[in-house]
Amino acid sequence: MKKQTIVVLFVTILSSGCSSLGVEPWERDLLAKDEMSLSSSPVDNALDDHIYFSKEASSGGKGFGGGGCGCN
Amino acid sequence: MQLITNKKQDKKSMKKDNIKALLTLATTALLSGGAQAETPDEDSWEFDTAFLLYSEVDRVSAGEVILNATKTFQDEEILNLKLTVDALTGASANGAIAQPNVQTFSRPSGKGQYDVAAGETPLDDTFHDTRVQLNAQWTQPIASDYTASGGVHISKEYDYLSLGLNGNIAIDFNQKNTTLSIGASYFQDTFTPEGGIPKPFTSMLIGDGSVSWDDDDDDDYSQKPIGWAADFAQTRMGSEDNKTTTDLLLGFTQVINRQMIMQFNYSYSMVDGYLIDPFKIISVVNDGGLAQDNVYENRPDQRIKQSAYVQSMYHFDTTILDLSYRYMWDDWDIKSHTIDSRFRIPLGDGSYIQPHFRYYQQSAADFYAPYLMQSDFELQNKRPEFASADYRIGEMATYTLGLKYGMMVNNGHELSFRLEYYHQAPTDGGFDSPSVLASEELYPTIDAVIAQVTYSF
Repeated sequence: MKKQTIVVLFVTILSSGCSSLGVEPWERDLLAKDEMSLSSSPVDNALDDHIYFSKEASSGGKGFGGGGCGCN
Repeated sequence: MQLITNKKQDKKSMKKDNIKALLTLATTALLSGGAQAETPDEDSWEFDTAFLLYSEVDRVSAGEVILNATKTFQDEEILNLKLTVDALTGASANGAIAQPNVQTFSRPSGKGQYDVAAGETPLDDTFHDTRVQLNAQWTQPIASDYTASGGVHISKEYDYLSLGLNGNIAIDFNQKNTTLSIGASYFQDTFTPEGGIPKPFTSMLIGDGSVSWDDDDDDDYSQKPIGWAADFAQTRMGSEDNKTTTDLLLGFTQVINRQMIMQFNYSYSMVDGYLIDPFKIISVVNDGGLAQDNVYENRPDQRIKQSAYVQSMYHFDTTILDLSYRYMWDDWDIKSHTIDSRFRIPLGDGSYIQPHFRYYQQSAADFYAPYLMQSDFELQNKRPEFASADYRIGEMATYTLGLKYGMMVNNGHELSFRLEYYHQAPTDGGFDSPSVLASEELYPTIDAVIAQVTYSF
């Protein structure tokens, strides 16, 4: 039931929401900033991923989570 | 109006950075007649260098260096190269539980033993490793609104080799306000642990650890291990083993408005092969909670993980909030929640501070157990098929509190410092503590400090 709700919500956003969301090309001043990038600090992210991959049971999600070291 | 070129790229952020590149293109096109417009700094390298120190109280310490180089070519092709070197040393939990008496364990190599004091969590203090990792990633537009990316990965440790490939395609539509991406990666890892691969559920050998050889005078010129070495070899089933990891990642990015962008990811990860930690044992205790034996752990040879991830970036008047949530579940029955947030506060002159808070909570794998009961373990029909006392797959909550300070130095280079505190709190997950174990600390907390310096130029 919970999963169905999420799927319905996702499909709704995809099919209807998107067209009314977003900005015109001249409204991208803030979005174009480096610090507004979804990965604004890739080096920090890489280091954090390695730490948490070694110390916890989860990995990935933001990017690929697999393989890479014998730390887990 | 600020115009930023897209240079920072790594394999985990390519989708997002593709969007950034496209945003930059769009902005550049709009401003191309304007005096303020800068042209992207083509054909030049951009570097990020970072040094990180990770240090746990009384346990592991690690140092890690990253050199990340990105070159953007005229036609928006991007080459990213990354070198990572890390070294690790210190003490790591061997999986056994604390006892009211001194315990003796063998080193994973079989050469040497160590004692653990009464009431102490058993740690093997000879843990050390050095790792070198290389990544290369190529990203380029392949058609209007289509961006493709591919990369390779190699990581080598003393006892571990990992080779990986990845590919990704991102499609923009709705005036580039929406991006769909699909990616896949494949890793092939080979583990060659010191002392070989232990047979699951065999007892860790304790005794006279001196290696002796059959060096008699029978003229066969063969040297056969006898005594300890022969007995130790009996607990091993090979010198190396492999695992493969196949990941699929579906991404959906949506610009909400001028101040907000969101990302939704679904990932599916299949890990096959040797998923056991060969250095981990589990205590076998009697009804009174006293350890009678320590046996090597055993895990299934497949794990399927899935996760749903959502992230939003929100630009307030001057500050920026980066907020994300991940729900992960797998067929080992581990479920986890991760909330991560960063809040960037500009201080003027390009400098900023950025508080960081992360909270993580996981449930235990269905075969996790802090110890095994001897009465069950010795009966074939009651012995569990798999068991591991590795606290990292047990019930646990962790949090991270951190602060980053960044400043602009000469020529727009950025220098930043990050200091974080990481706390792990394993919990009992409903397991009893029979008799003597009631007074032992079975779920010790771990505290670590993370310090990092980054210089980008």
